[in-house]
Amino acid sequence: MKIVMGKLKGLKCRECGRRYPSSPVHICEFCFGPLEVDYDYDALKGTITRQSIAAGPPSIWRYKELLPIEGDVAVGHHVGFTPLIRSQNLAEELGVRELWIKNDSVCHPTWSFKDRVVSVAVTKAKEFGFDTVACASTGNLANSVAAHAAEARMKSYIFIPADLEQGKIVATLVYQPTLVAVEGTYDEVNRLCSEVSDKYRWAFVNINIRPYYSEGSKTYGYEILEQLGWRAPGHIVVPCAGGSLITKIWKAIRECATLGLIDRPATKMHAAQAVGCGPIVTMVKNDTDILTPVRPNTIAKSLAIGNPADGYYAYRSVKDSGGYGEHATDEEIVEGMLLLARTEGIFTETAGGVTVAVTKKLLERGVIPRDESVVICITGNGLKTPDVLYERLETHVTIRPSLSAFDRALADLKSQARS
Amino acid sequence: MARMRVRLTFPPERIQEPVIYHLVKDFDIVTNIRRADVTADHGWVILELEAKEETLERGIAWLKGKGVKVDPIERDVIVP
Ligand SMILES: Cc1ncc(COP(=O)(O)O)c(C=O)c1O
Ligand SMILES: [Zn+2]
Repeated sequence: MKIVMGKLKGLKCRECGRRYPSSPVHICEFCFGPLEVDYDYDALKGTITRQSIAAGPPSIWRYKELLPIEGDVAVGHHVGFTPLIRSQNLAEELGVRELWIKNDSVCHPTWSFKDRVVSVAVTKAKEFGFDTVACASTGNLANSVAAHAAEARMKSYIFIPADLEQGKIVATLVYQPTLVAVEGTYDEVNRLCSEVSDKYRWAFVNINIRPYYSEGSKTYGYEILEQLGWRAPGHIVVPCAGGSLITKIWKAIRECATLGLIDRPATKMHAAQAVGCGPIVTMVKNDTDILTPVRPNTIAKSLAIGNPADGYYAYRSVKDSGGYGEHATDEEIVEGMLLLARTEGIFTETAGGVTVAVTKKLLERGVIPRDESVVICITGNGLKTPDVLYERLETHVTIRPSLSAFDRALADLKSQARS
Repeated sequence: MARMRVRLTFPPERIQEPVIYHLVKDFDIVTNIRRADVTADHGWVILELEAKEETLERGIAWLKGKGVKVDPIERDVIVP
């Protein structure tokens, strides 16, 4: 694959603009603002075209020149390029003319959009010469870091709260990382990790590698635009936790406009969160750029970050694009999961339930006009978190293995349905 | 000496008080303010604190007792 020399200018502080050479740092020494990867867009302008992208592999690496990787791709060769589905059934049910589903519930290899960020982070960590990667997580990130570390033949330390569900632990342990169960709350796990990252020379994907890691989320946006024939949709509804995904999709859209790949960045970004943990949506509703941290209490555990690192930038993405946001109750989240499954045959996790529920509300309130184009972000797979559905779903009948037993059961079911 | 990079978020009723002054004077903590935003109804300050470890701990406990939120600069913290 062709590499544009010198496309990566290094890191730049999002607050004071100070520049740093590309290295594993994430905070500006001067103002303590977060650092972001900076590219030479003038150099990229002539070289990146719709055709050059189309000639790339069917994965996130077709956008490699817009990612902070300078050498070869180390891991995750098949990450991304997930289906963008034109919805008929859900569109009818919700009453919207043009509805698309970006389906990362089937993202390789660990079934969530986190594979996009982690494959970039682990490749970068290798490039920096680390032999160990690490993260603090309660689920999707843990699975993805453990899997990609295994592929990279790197050591990995995954920090989780000790009381995490067994299912999530197994889906991480299978890759044989060092799993550190910390007796404490999520908050304490995260704080411990920032201390650990100061002391040990490890690549913490969401701490010291964060500027590179978060760039991986841009590919979710590039794919939407490319799969729509290089057109910016009217609206994108994004589930938010740390607030990085929505910020980076918006960045991707603006970059594509800068590079002439689309006409105008005419998309409104909408934030989707749970009632039980929705500090970013609360900022949007209250029209304030001050984030008030919350204590999460929701079944949408993958979105349960009460004090999001990129909360301010997520809020800015929503405001700058002219979007809005909504909260979904736990009941609405489950309804959203069931609705997507019933209408489109897609089993998403709670985060996807949040997105569907919020889209429904935004349409009902007229925030999203019914005759405009809408993309909903389905970012994780339902088979990882079936627990939330156990109470809601049950087998219809249990019978002996005989035809007459089945005939009777069927008659019963039909009469129940009639009454 | 221990160092800590923190973000202090003040509740509205503490904005008028010289909280950081007391941190320096009563606790002997060296502060180095990097960024701040204070208006009539909200306020946050991003700063570096430097003192002996136990002094830092006492100072932070005192801040929390005053209703000031103390977050390490590495955010993405899931509030328990
Ligand atoms: C399935 C899923 N969707 C969405 C998100 C939100 O991403 P971000 O933290 O970048 O806002 C997460 C994050 O943990 C997630 O696991
Ligand atoms: Zn700075």
